[in-house]
Amino acid sequence: MKKSSLMKKLTAAPYMLWAAIFIIVPLIFVVVYSVTDAAGNFTLDYISDIGRYKDVMLNSIWLGLIATVICLVLAYPLAYIMARSKANVQRTMMMLVMLPMWMNLLIRTYSMMILMQDTGVINTVLSALNLPNIHMINTQGAVVFGMVYNYIPYMILPLYNIMAKMDHSLIEAAEDLGSNKLTVFKNIIFPLSLPGIASGFTMVFVPSVSTFYISKKLGGNTFSLIGDVIEMQFKSVNNYNLGAALSLVLMVLIIICMLVMNHFTGDDDDGGVLI
Amino acid sequence: MKKLLCYFTCLCAAVACLAFGCAAYENEEYYKGHEGETINVFNWGEYISDSYEDGCIDVNREFEKLTGIKVNYVTFESNEDMYPKIKNGGASYDIIIPSDYMIERMISENLLLKIDVSSLPNYHYVSEDYQNMYYDPQNEYSVPYNVGMVGLIYNTKMVEEKPTSWTVLWDERYAGKILMIDNPRDAFAIPQKIMGYSLNSTDEKELYDVAQMLIDQKPLLQGYVMDEIYNKMESGEAALVPYYVGDFVCMQDVNPDLDFVYPEEGVNIFVDAVCIPKCAQNYEAAMLYINFLLDPTVALSNALYIGYATPNIGVLDHPDYEEMRENKYLYPEPEDKPETEYFHNLPQETLLKFSELWNEIRIYGADNTHIYIGFAVIGAALIFFLIRKAVTKRRREYWYNTLTK
Repeated sequence: MKKSSLMKKLTAAPYMLWAAIFIIVPLIFVVVYSVTDAAGNFTLDYISDIGRYKDVMLNSIWLGLIATVICLVLAYPLAYIMARSKANVQRTMMMLVMLPMWMNLLIRTYSMMILMQDTGVINTVLSALNLPNIHMINTQGAVVFGMVYNYIPYMILPLYNIMAKMDHSLIEAAEDLGSNKLTVFKNIIFPLSLPGIASGFTMVFVPSVSTFYISKKLGGNTFSLIGDVIEMQFKSVNNYNLGAALSLVLMVLIIICMLVMNHFTGDDDDGGVLI
Repeated sequence: MKKLLCYFTCLCAAVACLAFGCAAYENEEYYKGHEGETINVFNWGEYISDSYEDGCIDVNREFEKLTGIKVNYVTFESNEDMYPKIKNGGASYDIIIPSDYMIERMISENLLLKIDVSSLPNYHYVSEDYQNMYYDPQNEYSVPYNVGMVGLIYNTKMVEEKPTSWTVLWDERYAGKILMIDNPRDAFAIPQKIMGYSLNSTDEKELYDVAQMLIDQKPLLQGYVMDEIYNKMESGEAALVPYYVGDFVCMQDVNPDLDFVYPEEGVNIFVDAVCIPKCAQNYEAAMLYINFLLDPTVALSNALYIGYATPNIGVLDHPDYEEMRENKYLYPEPEDKPETEYFHNLPQETLLKFSELWNEIRIYGADNTHIYIGFAVIGAALIFFLIRKAVTKRRREYWYNTLTK
C-alpha cells in the first residue's frame, strides 16, 4: 500500500509543481498587487475604488450569462443527438465541433469582424441581392455572438461526455413503467446530465465574463467589458495595482456565481465536480 | 512547361540579384564583425519598409544580409503601450522608436542609454532642423526617424462638405461613422485644440472639460482604434478619424476616396526618434542598426513605404523621392502650414490624472437598467426554485416517515 501511495505522489508531482508555479504563485501576486500601491505600501484604496466599475462588471457578467445560456440551449440537443448516434457519425460530428478550434481565437474573431462589418462580406452579399443591410458590428449582440461562437465547443464536449456515459437502461425502465417522453427527460435525462451542465457552464461562463479581445473587435470598444478595463491597466495605463484589484474582485464574483450554480447541481449526492 | 520556364527565369534573376547585391550601402565595412548576434527591435506597427515591392526593400532582411545579425522585430500600438514594457523590465529590446514627449519622459526617468552620434558615419544625413530638439537638446539619446502631424482623415463619399474643424467629430450626422484614436494623449489633444487649451496643459479644470467632451462624443463613436484604422477607413466602414499623416498617405493609395485636412484649430506635430533603452543587451548592434536606418537607400525606402516626412537630407534630394516631396500633406507650403504644437512630458500628477480620466471615459457606458432588471428576475427565479426544492424535500421526508412507520 505504502509503495503505491509513494508512486501516486511521484506521478502527481509534475502537475503539482506546475500548478504551484503557474497558478498559485501568480494568484499570490494578484492578491499582493491589489492591496499595495505603486510604491509597495499597503493600501485598500484600489479595492475600495471598485465601486466605480460596477456597471462594467455587471455588464460583463450579464453578457457572459446570456452567452452561456445560448450555448446551453444550442449545445444540449446537439450533445444528446450526438451521444445517441452511431459510432462513426459521432466521430464525424465530434471532429466538426472541434474543427473551428484548429484556428486561433484571435484570427477567428478578427475574421468575424470582417464578416459582420457594415461593408463586410455579409452586407455586401445582401446588397448584391437587393436585400436591406443589417447593422451587426459594434453592438452587444455581436459580442454575445462572438462569445457563443468561440466557446460553444466547451459546452458541447462535457455535455456529450456525460450523455454518452448515461445508462440507457434507466430510460428504458422509465418508459416500461409508462413515463412519457417529457417525464423521462425531466426525471431521468436532465438530472443525470446536471454535472455536464455544471462543467459546461463554468467552461463557457468564466472565459466569457473575462474576455477582452472579442469585445474589443466586435463591440468596437465604445462599451467596455471588465476584461478590457483590466487589459488597459496593464497595457497602456500602467496601473498594475488597479488591474490586480479588478482581477481579484472579478475572481470573487465568478466564484460566487459558480457556488450558486453548484448549489443547484451538486447537492444530490453526486455531481459536485467543481470547486 | 512554359510557365515552369518562366518561374525558372524569375528564380535565376532573383538569385543573381541576391548574389551581386541589388542595393549598395555606404560604409559597408562598418557593419562587419557581428555575425551570428541578435538584436531586438521594438517599433510602431506599419512603421518600417518590409517588402520588395515598388522599389522598396525589406529593411530588416537587408540588415541581416549585410551584417549577419538576426533581427527580432516586435511592434507596439502606441507610446503608452511601449512604455510599461521598458519601464518594468522583463523584456529586453535594443532599439525602440518612441515619440518626442515619451523620449523626454524616458530620459528624465533614466531609461535610455546615451548614443554617441559622432561615431555614426551616416549621422551627417540628419537635417539640422531636427537636431537639438527640445526633448533631447544635446542629441545624446535619440536619432530622428520620422516627422509627422496629426490631421483629420475623411471619406469624401461619406462626408458632405470638406471639414475644416475638429468639431466635425462631434457632428451627429456622422454618428456611428466616427472613429477615435485609441491613446490618451492624441485623443485629449483634439478637445484641447477645439477649446483653445494647450496640449501640455496641467490645469485640472481644463482636463475635466476635455474628458467631458470625449464622454459626450462617445455615443457617436464607432470605436476607439489604432492600427485597425487601416482596415476600417480603406473599406469605407468609417468616415472620419483623426490620425497620423503618413498613414493617410498609405491609406489613400488603397482607397482614393479618402482625403485629409489639417483642421484650423491647430494640430499636434511629432518627431519619432530611434533610441537605445537601458535594457539593451547588444549596444554595438543597436548602433549599427541606427546607422543603417540613416543610410539614404534605407531611409528612402522607409520614407516611400511608410509615407511620413523624413528628417534625412539624403532622401529629400533623391530623384526617386520627388513625387513624395511634392505631397502637400507631408510637406505643406508655408502658407498652408497648420498651427502646430509639440507634446511635452507632463508632471507625474498630471499623468496620473490623465490615466484616471482616460479610464473614466472608457468605462462610461449606456444605461444599465435592463441588466438590473435581468438580475432581479434571475434572483427571483433562484429563490423560487430553492423554496420549491425545500418544500418537495420536506414533503418527501414526511411521506417517507409516515410510510415507514
